[in-house]
Amino acid sequence: MELLLFYLVAIAAIASAFFVVKCRNPINSALNLVTTFICLAVYYVMLESPFMAAIQIIVYAGAIIVLIIFVIMLLNFGQKVKGRYTHGLAAGGLVSALMLLVGSQFVRFGEATGTGGEITSAVLTEVGHTELIGRALFLDFVLPFEIAAILLLIAIVGALIIAKQKV
Amino acid sequence: MYSNLWLIPFFPLLGAIINGLFGKKIKNEAIIGSIGTLAMFLSFLVATQNFFRLIGDSQKVHEIVLASWMSVGNLQVNWELLLDPLSAVMIMVVTGVGTLIHLYSIGYMHGDPGFYRFFSYLNLFAFSMLMLVLGGNALVMFIGWEGVGLCSYLLIGFYIDKKSAGDAAKKAFVVNRVGDFGFLCGLLTLFWALGSHGVWTINFVEIAANAHLLEAGGVLITVVTLAFFLGATGKSAQIPLFTWLPDAMEGPTPVSALIHAATMVTAGVYMIGRMNILFAMAPSTMLTIAIIGAATAFLAASIGFAQNDIKRVLAYSTVSQLGYMFLAMGVGAFSAGIFHLMTHAFFKACLFLGSGSVIHAMHHAYHHAHLHDDPQDMRNMGGLRKKMPITYWTFLLSTIAIAGVPLFSGFFSKDEILWWSFGSTAGHPIFWIIAVAVAGMTAFYMFRLVFMTFFGEQRTDARARDHIPESPWTITVPLIILAFLAVVGGYVGVPKILGGGNHFGEFLNPVFGHAQELYDLHAHGSHAVEYTLIALSVCIALFGIYMAWLMYMKNPKLPAEFTAKFAGVYRFVFNKWYIDELYDFLFVNPCKRIGTFLWRAFDVRIVDGIVNGCAWVLKGCGAGLRYTQTGYMYNYAVAMVVGVVVIVGFYVFG
Amino acid sequence: MITVTHYLMLSAILFAIGTLGVLTRKNAIVVFMCIEVMLNSVNLTFVALSRHVGNLDGQIFVFFVMTVAAAEAAVGLALIIAFYRNRESIDVDDFNMLKW
Repeated sequence: MELLLFYLVAIAAIASAFFVVKCRNPINSALNLVTTFICLAVYYVMLESPFMAAIQIIVYAGAIIVLIIFVIMLLNFGQKVKGRYTHGLAAGGLVSALMLLVGSQFVRFGEATGTGGEITSAVLTEVGHTELIGRALFLDFVLPFEIAAILLLIAIVGALIIAKQKV
Repeated sequence: MYSNLWLIPFFPLLGAIINGLFGKKIKNEAIIGSIGTLAMFLSFLVATQNFFRLIGDSQKVHEIVLASWMSVGNLQVNWELLLDPLSAVMIMVVTGVGTLIHLYSIGYMHGDPGFYRFFSYLNLFAFSMLMLVLGGNALVMFIGWEGVGLCSYLLIGFYIDKKSAGDAAKKAFVVNRVGDFGFLCGLLTLFWALGSHGVWTINFVEIAANAHLLEAGGVLITVVTLAFFLGATGKSAQIPLFTWLPDAMEGPTPVSALIHAATMVTAGVYMIGRMNILFAMAPSTMLTIAIIGAATAFLAASIGFAQNDIKRVLAYSTVSQLGYMFLAMGVGAFSAGIFHLMTHAFFKACLFLGSGSVIHAMHHAYHHAHLHDDPQDMRNMGGLRKKMPITYWTFLLSTIAIAGVPLFSGFFSKDEILWWSFGSTAGHPIFWIIAVAVAGMTAFYMFRLVFMTFFGEQRTDARARDHIPESPWTITVPLIILAFLAVVGGYVGVPKILGGGNHFGEFLNPVFGHAQELYDLHAHGSHAVEYTLIALSVCIALFGIYMAWLMYMKNPKLPAEFTAKFAGVYRFVFNKWYIDELYDFLFVNPCKRIGTFLWRAFDVRIVDGIVNGCAWVLKGCGAGLRYTQTGYMYNYAVAMVVGVVVIVGFYVFG
Repeated sequence: MITVTHYLMLSAILFAIGTLGVLTRKNAIVVFMCIEVMLNSVNLTFVALSRHVGNLDGQIFVFFVMTVAAAEAAVGLALIIAFYRNRESIDVDDFNMLKW
């Protein structure tokens, strides 16, 4: 049952990701990208990480996609952008195929070792995923967290300065 | 006691710095000239004070260490000054004559756009010269030695828009380099030779004190002294390196007077005097010096016969007189050589300044009449004695002094040298004969100069004739003082045989006494012989004057007949014995050819080839590689992905 | 039973598709979206392995990836706007000022 769901969602994710690449209209690409994000959110739920799924929806599907669509509409390319579609399809396809080959071989022949950590399904159910994440984030990883905050601040300032009409 | 000695070179240096840095801003010629002259005058006052202090002092050699310079191994080099009778005489001459020439230059250089530059160079020269004569060790002396060479170069080429001046400056500089090479070779060999006896020093006093360690008359000391002598020939314009001095007359006349007559060219004589103990230990070097001095004196005097440029005659006369000084050094008459150096500084400076005064006036007259005749050509002069009485009288007195007429300064110093060249153990009658012949020749060509310039009818162009003025007081005052010195300067050293006390020789005795004891002055003759020789030399000098009078006053056609009769000889002499052409053939052209060959074959092909080849290879690489930098970001992305594929593939399949 | 290999394989496929888009598409915004796809495939790897190992560190890392992605979205889109203003185009073919 679960495996069936996995495959269904996998097909949806791969198909939507493929259409992100294929669609001539950037708006269509963006909508397909939302589908991909939602599929990944489904996987996060299946991996007993509901908080990650929520973040995925909020940050990616909610914020970043909205930003992208805003930019697409703001620039308002119209029809002329569709004429300029792809370049170097053969070389790009070859390199990507090699990438896939290498990656899949790596996954197939590799062995995922290092099982048996303390965060088991039982712990997750008992304590709750959000609390565990919160503890890890604000206790063990508080310094990287602060650095990430500063990074975001810098990104805001940088985006403002770059996009401003006149400096 | 002599602690203010450093002020002597300091004042000119200060003047040079002030005029050099701010002269362009000051502009006012009176202020610039005053700074330059005052610097020299203050220096002269300090020099006078130290000079008289030294006369009254019982100890005659004083070393003043100003600061430590460097300390290498066993060698300790200081900034030190050496005050002994020799350097005391030299600083008196340099600062005294220097002050007068500075004063003179105010009038002579009036209106020149490079006025401040001139005074800056002149002060710098005085500084270098004073360092040269006061230097207590060979390195400090060498600084002065090179400094005067540099200033000579700058001042010969002072008229920077004249090509001939630039060429002459370069010639002087290059020829002097040959001499400096000799100086350095001598110094280093001496340093090594003394060092092998455990005495690592370049201090003059210590060198003199340890000279006995070297074998007298040995190969080593001969090589050392010959190398030093080569240095001296460069600086003092002796055979074979004398050719630069006549060309140096391209510089302004005060420069010719100060540098190329009175002071710098005597540096070689001074240097030999400073090292007299070493030279006295090398008889073969002494003989070489005497021969070269005599030969130079004769050669230059003969060239002086045929020159028409007033300054060139004086230049050859200077070379000739320097030859006299070297002859004196060569026969062991060190103090007589220095004595002649001093009297020569007086009368030759006066002669040069007088010629400068004449040139100045001629130039003024031609300028006034808008003519472009040569103001230095004696054939355009004549009869100037009424136009320029002060210049005439001072010039005449100096000429009498240089001709060796009794009771004038040149007589005493020249006579002393003549007697030494005959009577000392190193002397020989041949030297005496040459020297006396040169004395007669000197009298002849100097009076030829006087007669052509100041007597007879005026040959100046009629339009300029009435515009020849007497020079201003800044020019005439130094002339009068120098003429006075030229007349009486000899009385400080009247030889004993003429009833004098030879005070000059006595004064220099602490420096030269030891070396001069090696020569027995009366090896070849007694007092009676000496009196005879004096009488003979005076007669020959007077004969020279008479001949000049005969040829240029009494019968002006005689010279033309004479030159027509001996056309070959005349042409030979007129073209300066073709020495310049010979040097061109022997040294300059082969050097040029080697240089051209190296340039064409080695520099262009190999050196430039390597450099250009490197550039060419890299340029080719760059031209090929730049196509990898397309500037399209997806190309860079492909490169990244390929990199990832390769690395992961290496893990998976490797 | 779904093993971690399933997730990793899916992630590899998504990553390859994203790569294809980045390399071949001309529209800068689409390229940008493809980069998001690649980032998400990596996120999936992190979460899957985190669960497999039984350790939350991987999931924390996903947070930081998201942070960087958000920052990148802000700055990258601002750059695209600035570029569009200058060149009237957002074609990566026109992004050629990096060369010699």
